[in-house]
Amino acid sequence: MSDDLKKLIIDYVKKEYLDDDSEEIDESTQLISSGIVDSFSMVALKTFLEKKFQISIPDEKATTEAFDSVNNMINLLKEFNVA
Amino acid sequence: MGNIGSYEEKYKNFEWQLSVKELEYGKDGMYNLAYYCSERICEKGMADKTALIWEGFQGNKKKYTYNDIRLYSNAIAQFLLDNGIKPEERICLFMDRIPELYISFLGVLKMGGIVQPLFSAFGEEALFTRLEDASTCAIFTTMKHIRKVRKILHKLPDLKYIFVVDAGNKKLEKFEISFNMEKAQLNEKFDIYKAGPEFPSVLHYTSGTTGKPKGAMHVHSSLIAQHITAKWALDLTTDDIYWCTADPGWVTGTSYGIIGPWASGVTQVVLDSGFNTDKWYSFIERHKVTIWYTAPTAIRLLMKEGAGPVKAHDMSCLRHLISVGEPLNAEAVIWSQEVFKKPFHDSYWQTETGAIVITNFPGMTVKPGSMGTPFPGITAVVVDPKKFEPIETAGTVGLIALKPGWPSMFRTYWNNKKLYDEKFKNGWYICGDRASIDNEGYFWFMGRDDDVINTAGHLVGPFEIESALLEHPAVAESAAVGKPDPVNMEVVKAFIALKPGHEPNADLELDIMNFIRKKLSPLAMPQAIEFVSSLPKTRSGKIMRRMLRAKEWGEEIGDTSTLEND
Repeated sequence: MSDDLKKLIIDYVKKEYLDDDSEEIDESTQLISSGIVDSFSMVALKTFLEKKFQISIPDEKATTEAFDSVNNMINLLKEFNVA
Repeated sequence: MGNIGSYEEKYKNFEWQLSVKELEYGKDGMYNLAYYCSERICEKGMADKTALIWEGFQGNKKKYTYNDIRLYSNAIAQFLLDNGIKPEERICLFMDRIPELYISFLGVLKMGGIVQPLFSAFGEEALFTRLEDASTCAIFTTMKHIRKVRKILHKLPDLKYIFVVDAGNKKLEKFEISFNMEKAQLNEKFDIYKAGPEFPSVLHYTSGTTGKPKGAMHVHSSLIAQHITAKWALDLTTDDIYWCTADPGWVTGTSYGIIGPWASGVTQVVLDSGFNTDKWYSFIERHKVTIWYTAPTAIRLLMKEGAGPVKAHDMSCLRHLISVGEPLNAEAVIWSQEVFKKPFHDSYWQTETGAIVITNFPGMTVKPGSMGTPFPGITAVVVDPKKFEPIETAGTVGLIALKPGWPSMFRTYWNNKKLYDEKFKNGWYICGDRASIDNEGYFWFMGRDDDVINTAGHLVGPFEIESALLEHPAVAESAAVGKPDPVNMEVVKAFIALKPGHEPNADLELDIMNFIRKKLSPLAMPQAIEFVSSLPKTRSGKIMRRMLRAKEWGEEIGDTSTLEND
């Protein structure tokens, strides 16, 4: 499950946020700190996770830290019994 | 007591000539502001002083002295001339916060070009609109952003040069030229273009309620205001380590992220990284930042993390804190006093004003939640919205208005003199914001006087979003309004009526959000979408945004007599 989840999120980030196809990311790539995803776009990423897994992530849990890498997002999803 | 000394005394006796004298502005016929940000500082004996310390998100660092930025900007200016670019042509800077962005800003000015800085997170449509309007002939960019330029190049006949600063060995396409600043031929003596004080310098695009974004045109003598405001409002001295968190794609990032500090011989630090509380505090601690100029949104994000992360770092280096971009709420001022032992000072200005016009000054009492008082040399009032006459009664809300004539005032909107003229009423420049003035002369912000959305300190035009939304295959009509947000003050909310055959669903909502994010920018992306069967309109068919906005803010909807239907 966890590997499928990783792939799902990595593929989504690559498709939606990377301009350069040759750029590679993995589960520990810093997304927000690196500027790949800015704090505004984070909302779309949050929406993606919410829609995909039919959960609602409260604002206090939707921190820049929680979305800074695919690993961090998976940890967040674990709190909702998704991962 | 800061550099300004006694505010009352300075306000009473102020003349802009004071700044002219300090800068020796115009000496030997030199008015080009780039000279004052590099050569002049070297001539003052600070050639070896650090001008810029840059850090990337992975911790990679670069350091440049004033002599370095002098030589590199000379090299850039020469490179532009060698490519046949002429004075007054528009040259866009479309890069993340890398050293080349800061230094090429001076390079363009040195050869007489007009700099057009654009936020690198802009999508291709936002980029196209602004490049087309300015008939931009060249653009500096990086491999990260070149795809956006390639997508629109065929629609931009005037865009002849794409300078890629990090191409390395990568294959480039037609019109693309690799330019490696640090390997460029250094030029010890570049003949700086003899721009007059009224010669155009920087073209910054800003959004309005209607129409496309407009280019506010500034001139080289804006330096007179930017220098003295950097000294008195930001309190910069040559001993300071200064961090301005603004991106030079916006006016704060050029007026006070390049011109103000460098014309003052200050060492500035730049962090090219996304927001991260620990990274930010570590950056301040590591570089011993003394003056920090940031935005309310960032302060509120830091507040969310509480005092704990602050205590984990030594923040005693900070001596003055300033904020800009949107009103700074009283809670943020009180919080900063508690955790940093000093308050954030709110400052107010706009793309069009080019420099700070109202602020809380160092050494003066900060009234939490207030914008502060007018800068010396600035006559600021609130006027009534009908006759545009100053309101004398303290506490009465009116439109913020400034007496024209300060040095950094914009000189026109590019290709739109009519709109420029409309900004002036009864002899006043009307800022478009509402405020009141208390009996001690402090201004208190109330809100915008139009439909422009101020999100995290950036103005976003609803028209631009609505136009882009119409390009989505499922959207029949839409309205974009500001929705209250505890961190960003406002975020974009879109009301959307779908075309027949399309049903509201979660996937479509996400698709529309990403469509706008990529087409315009993350700032313009609706953070909330409400699907509706139709939008409220006047009988003449105009969408009543104010009704939708009022609903979001829990305000009175107001007069609905012109409403088409209920």
